[in-house]
Amino acid sequence: MTKVLSVEDLSVTFALHESEVRAVNDLNFSLEAGETLAVVGESGSGKSQAFLSIMGLLAKNGRTSGRAMMGETNLVGMEKSRLDRIRGKDIAMIFQDPMTSLNPSLRVKTQLAEVLVKHRGFDKGKAEKAAIEMLELVGIPEPAKRANAYPHEMSGGMRQRVMIAMALLCQPKILIADEPTTALDVTVQAQMLDLFKSLTDDFGTALVIITHDLGVVAGVADRMMVMYGGRAIEKGRVDDLFYDPRHPYTLGLLHSTPHIAHRAARLDPIQGMPPSLEHLPKGCSFNPRCAFCFDRCLEERPPLMPTENGREKACFYEGPLKYGKVA
Amino acid sequence: MLAYAFRRVLSAIPIALIAVTVCFFILRLAPGGPFDGERALPPTVLANLRAHYNLDQPLVVQYFLYIWRLLHGDLGPSMVIDGFNVSQLISIGFPFTLTMALCAFVIATAIGMLAGMVAAVYQNKWPDYVLVLAVMIGVLIPNFLMAALLQLWFGVYLKWVPAGGWVSGSVWHLILPVTVLAWPHAGRISRLMRGSMIEVLGTNYVRTARSKGLGERLVLARHAIKPALLPVVSYLGPGLSYLLTGSLAVEQIFGLPGIGKYFVTAALNRDYGVVLGTTILYMFIILALNLIVDLVYAWLDPKVRYR
Repeated sequence: MTKVLSVEDLSVTFALHESEVRAVNDLNFSLEAGETLAVVGESGSGKSQAFLSIMGLLAKNGRTSGRAMMGETNLVGMEKSRLDRIRGKDIAMIFQDPMTSLNPSLRVKTQLAEVLVKHRGFDKGKAEKAAIEMLELVGIPEPAKRANAYPHEMSGGMRQRVMIAMALLCQPKILIADEPTTALDVTVQAQMLDLFKSLTDDFGTALVIITHDLGVVAGVADRMMVMYGGRAIEKGRVDDLFYDPRHPYTLGLLHSTPHIAHRAARLDPIQGMPPSLEHLPKGCSFNPRCAFCFDRCLEERPPLMPTENGREKACFYEGPLKYGKVA
Repeated sequence: MLAYAFRRVLSAIPIALIAVTVCFFILRLAPGGPFDGERALPPTVLANLRAHYNLDQPLVVQYFLYIWRLLHGDLGPSMVIDGFNVSQLISIGFPFTLTMALCAFVIATAIGMLAGMVAAVYQNKWPDYVLVLAVMIGVLIPNFLMAALLQLWFGVYLKWVPAGGWVSGSVWHLILPVTVLAWPHAGRISRLMRGSMIEVLGTNYVRTARSKGLGERLVLARHAIKPALLPVVSYLGPGLSYLLTGSLAVEQIFGLPGIGKYFVTAALNRDYGVVLGTTILYMFIILALNLIVDLVYAWLDPKVRYR
């Protein structure tokens, strides 16, 4: 397996009027060719900002530090003109909301073809032909006709297919999908996930799925990284984390998800609210909501420590985690 | 598209009729009449004059007579300027007014859009602040005051350009009046452009375009400008009509031979025919402009089409 992306000490800060907010803190992970990594966390856990920063798409007041290495090149702090030769070609991103992520005033084929014109040097006619082929590949019926449509003439599922086609045009090494199924109907969600899986397998693309939907994770991911308060708190293979979570937060996430096998009368949400990034508690960020919290958690922040089987967790508690103990 | 345009033209007919009616009656509400002078005319002469122009008929009858003639394309005679009818006066003065307003319109729209875009891209940096200042000056100072200030400074003190008057075909004589007309228009356009551009630059689809590695120039040119133009275009129609009406006062101040001269004196003299005729002309221009704007809008925003 070859590493296609290696992220080291990635931090993202946003300058506010008088203060500064750290949205992502010292994130470390790597991505192998062809694998699927799920990044899981609540809103505000920093999962989207981490990847937007790698793509150079942060809001104007955002600053990134650390490294995101694709081979020998560091994407963080790279000049925009150099970055523009990489993003869209070697690393592509699909966004959460297909309804607003396509330009309403341009035909679909224009928005697809320009990627090939820019990165492959195709002329317009050739690029549009290739775009139509790609639309067919992502399962759009009558692609030649649909290519002439404007985004508002398509359904949400169709538009997300267009987004996927757009991202895969140059067969990127890495595809980042930021909550790709959140805005879609459940039936369409499953189709999209199948499509992701088969296309990334075909192209050997490494896939990052950013989501809060554990169903999505179980369906497609090989490994997962759980984020909380801007930090990674547990990492490992999906099966390991699902059957044997080691961090109380991961356990809480799993129990707050409905499961078809356990007919629970009611769901078991994690108590409390996600922390405000401006006022993170001292010690472990999760301590106000954690049932396993003890003295040390209130004073010290647990670092991300390797355990067995290539897993990592950021928690001092070593005893057994049991269902129902998360208050 | 053609059917849409046709329907829009049809729907303009009742609007035009209502506007003509309102103008006709409002004008008659004003006290006085075309034949009131410092020296009263002999009663028999006055009666003859009033009979000649149908002013002795009841108002409603006069209204229907006017509409009837209007439907035949006849704007009627001038009641004050002897020997001219309204159409002749308009054809003498309006080409000049239109030329000047269009000059100001094209220049101001181009400058305004460009300045708005620059300000949006450099939001809260010095180009943005310079623009805000320029816009404030243009929008806050009324055109008659601005005209006087510019005449005094550039025409009288610096003597760079003529302070007023007209020599046929001279661009120099147009510089000050066109500036006075164009400044507030450019200001409003640039504010609209700046606002909508900032909004568009923050949208998801611009982020998508950036994520494709298109480069900022292409992102702006292809993905941002067209959607950002929408609010600007919807202002262009009213904007041009402001320029045309604003030019009436500016022509008067600079002593230019446009329709403004006739309109202002006609309004003071209660020359009903000329005032109504000019107003109706402007109304048709505004209706036509709005139609054009709607058609351009449909081109810019595909969602409007086929409705």
